[in-house]
Amino acid sequence: MTPLSLGGVEFSSRLFLGTGKFNSNTVMRQALEASGTEMVTVAMKRVEPGDSEDDLLVHVQSPNIRLLPNTSGVRDAEEAVFAAQLSREAFGTSWLKLEIHPDPRYLLPDSVETLRATEQLVKLGFTVLPYCQADPTLCKHLEEAGAAAVMPLGAPIGTNLGLRTRDFLQIIIEQAGVPVVVDAGIGAPSHAAEAMEMGAAACLVNTAVAVAGDPVEMARAFREAVIAGRRAFEAGLPAAASATLEAEASSPLTAFLS
Amino acid sequence: MKILINQKEMATDAAHLAALAEELGLPATGVAAAVAGKMVPRTAWADTPLYEGCPVTIIRAACGG
Repeated sequence: MTPLSLGGVEFSSRLFLGTGKFNSNTVMRQALEASGTEMVTVAMKRVEPGDSEDDLLVHVQSPNIRLLPNTSGVRDAEEAVFAAQLSREAFGTSWLKLEIHPDPRYLLPDSVETLRATEQLVKLGFTVLPYCQADPTLCKHLEEAGAAAVMPLGAPIGTNLGLRTRDFLQIIIEQAGVPVVVDAGIGAPSHAAEAMEMGAAACLVNTAVAVAGDPVEMARAFREAVIAGRRAFEAGLPAAASATLEAEASSPLTAFLS
Repeated sequence: MKILINQKEMATDAAHLAALAEELGLPATGVAAAVAGKMVPRTAWADTPLYEGCPVTIIRAACGG
């Protein structure tokens, strides 16, 4: 299996993991380890006076894991640039999962603001991985603006619905000159495997692992699914019959018994 | 004096951002601050005075996808 090259860095794992929704930091840490991930998303929140919460980074940081801070909570490009500057200072990395989703109901990314922010952040020296609509034209624009990868959604965040945008993801993957990371909506290892079989460079998963009955075991399942999917892609999947369901024999049909 | 931390009023005697960080017990890493919408690197906190009504944004790491 070839390693993933993204933003000038090589990753042997093609599974990125989010840190939201875990029951405890201990379970989260075990799940991260079990997944084999080398890229983990974190968010930012406002400090409240008297806030004595455990430091999240203690549970995430490891020599094998690169942090990918997100800009969740921003509503437009201007806020995203401000959040990015805070993020770079807080986490000591210029890598950024750019997400601008002003609508709290569907959390769908704002394409116009995402493209504007990408243009500005690339100029400011950030390695930008934008969470975006599964829109092939938009993804080309993001790539031209200097995005290090594009991260189109399979379905709305946290829905576990899988690759509802399948056909558009296929076009994005076919046209992309940067890695395509399928983000959001991946609810089962089979969804991740399917994305990888299609040629996605990586998958970003959070909810499906974090809220599983056994998140650590589910992290292992996703690890295996991503590897299986990638191996299948690299091995070259045989084409499926397109317009007919008529069988094509894989064994000799000579009637040797009669 | 009273300042605004993340849009909430707070009384403090801290003369600058570094003293405020100490007063709030901020961890040594994983936090960032801005004054009046402009990010201030941690190395400049001691040189960043606070004033009456000063709007301060302070963020820290959180779980997220």
